[in-house]
Amino acid sequence: MKSKTRNEKPNFISIWAMRHAQTAVTALGRLLLNPLSNGMTLAVIAIAIALPTTLYVMIDNVRGLSDEWQGASSISLFLKTDIDETQARAIAQRVAALDSVANTQLITKAQALEEFKERSGFGAALDLLKDNPLPNVIVITPNEASSTPMAAKQLLSQLKTLREVDSAQLDLEWVQRLEAITDLFIRGVLVLAALLGAGVLLIVGNTIRLEVQHRHSEIEIMKLVGATDRFIRRPFLYEGLWYGLLGGIAALIMSIIALWLLSGPVEQISGLYNSNFALDWLSGEAFLLVFFGSPLLGLGGALLALIRHLRMIQPD
Amino acid sequence: MIRFDNVSKRYATGHEGLSNTSFAIEEGQMAFLTGHSGAGKSTLLRLIGCLERPTRGQVWVNDRNLNKLSNSQIPYHRRDVGMIFQDHRLLHDRTVFDNVALPLVVAGASPNEIKRRVNAALDKVGLLHKERSMPLTLSGGEQQRVGIARAVVSKPKVLLADEPTGNLDPELSKEIMELFMEFNRVGVTLLIATHDIALILSMSQRIIKLDKGRIVADGWARK
Repeated sequence: MKSKTRNEKPNFISIWAMRHAQTAVTALGRLLLNPLSNGMTLAVIAIAIALPTTLYVMIDNVRGLSDEWQGASSISLFLKTDIDETQARAIAQRVAALDSVANTQLITKAQALEEFKERSGFGAALDLLKDNPLPNVIVITPNEASSTPMAAKQLLSQLKTLREVDSAQLDLEWVQRLEAITDLFIRGVLVLAALLGAGVLLIVGNTIRLEVQHRHSEIEIMKLVGATDRFIRRPFLYEGLWYGLLGGIAALIMSIIALWLLSGPVEQISGLYNSNFALDWLSGEAFLLVFFGSPLLGLGGALLALIRHLRMIQPD
Repeated sequence: MIRFDNVSKRYATGHEGLSNTSFAIEEGQMAFLTGHSGAGKSTLLRLIGCLERPTRGQVWVNDRNLNKLSNSQIPYHRRDVGMIFQDHRLLHDRTVFDNVALPLVVAGASPNEIKRRVNAALDKVGLLHKERSMPLTLSGGEQQRVGIARAVVSKPKVLLADEPTGNLDPELSKEIMELFMEFNRVGVTLLIATHDIALILSMSQRIIKLDKGRIVADGWARK
């Protein structure tokens, strides 16, 4: 009988794994045992993580938008006034044949004047003019490879050298400004994320510190019967891990809800601008970062608290 | 088994807990430690359990020089030394079984082994039927026996008891002492601090008397 039970003894590693699993579950149970106060701590952690996550997603969206606009950048080629429509058409075809150009569109003097009359409200005044003062304009859309700011600028300078061209303009600068602004915001969000991450670290650290104080006598007794520091630390580390993990999951849910609330109005606005822009959800990387980063923050916070406070407890 | 070589312990407050104490207890021996409160009994036990370090001199337990023990080795030393306290030091939010199992859990024993050994220890102190009870529902004598079961569950070679019968009536005290005698009979080295002179005089064992941190008498009581 006795030898049988000895044969059934699980080996060292499975005991170790089981003990860890047991500790993890016990720590989770302890956390759920006190839903009100621990829930509040979790909510604070979740908000601290959700805030930069949501902001990041929004700004990332704006950045995506400016990329899209940059791709659609166009060059306006103002021809000299002595170029007539047939010549202009020929130039447009010549430019369209260039490798880096996707297509061209000619806006003739007459069309431009019509449009100007319509839109400016100076219709009657313009009728008084003998000649049409507007030039023929060719609007050039670079192909995809030449849509980058650098390539588009190169194309611009190439087109400027054409004899018939009076001036050429790249409608890109404001896109670049927008991009610079979004870059600034992204950096701001990263700084905010770092600060709030440190906040999470301290929140978990403080929670674990209180827990250690609360279980002071238990720790003392465990030390008396020969528990190693590692053994005593373990449940607290798991607790920190759970705080981080549950807080991170709650943060992801919060972010998704926030983005969902925003997606309606965003679609409405983009509809008004004839754009089919829709809010992008959390990217895979951002999701993984939050999902795996938050438990690490929790673990770090717990470690921070334990290093200082466990040593101070000695049995007497 | 236990040896003190010129051990002194001076606290930060200036109070001298032990001064220049030397004695030895052989393996399997049983000894009582007596003296007024503040005579240094607890200090001496605390030095053996490595709850404190001596200011001067050397403490040997189980052929191990405790002065050379690093902080990370202390837990392993404590697993070889069972300690029993006047106030029992039980976890009040755990069952009797879990309390007794603590030293084994801490040492990483397998569940089967824990069950077997805890049952054996509880059986020894006569509390097997109370394994599912909470400590606070037990009487003082029963709580002390839970404390004893916890101290012996991992079969330490040395057992230390600090005023184990301090709060018990003479009848229960005698039972507890008989329990200790039983452990001694199977080879456990015992050192018991107590000021219950009447009780120990009836037991014809070695008695070490402390006064103001010094050993003032060391010998066998005779009826």
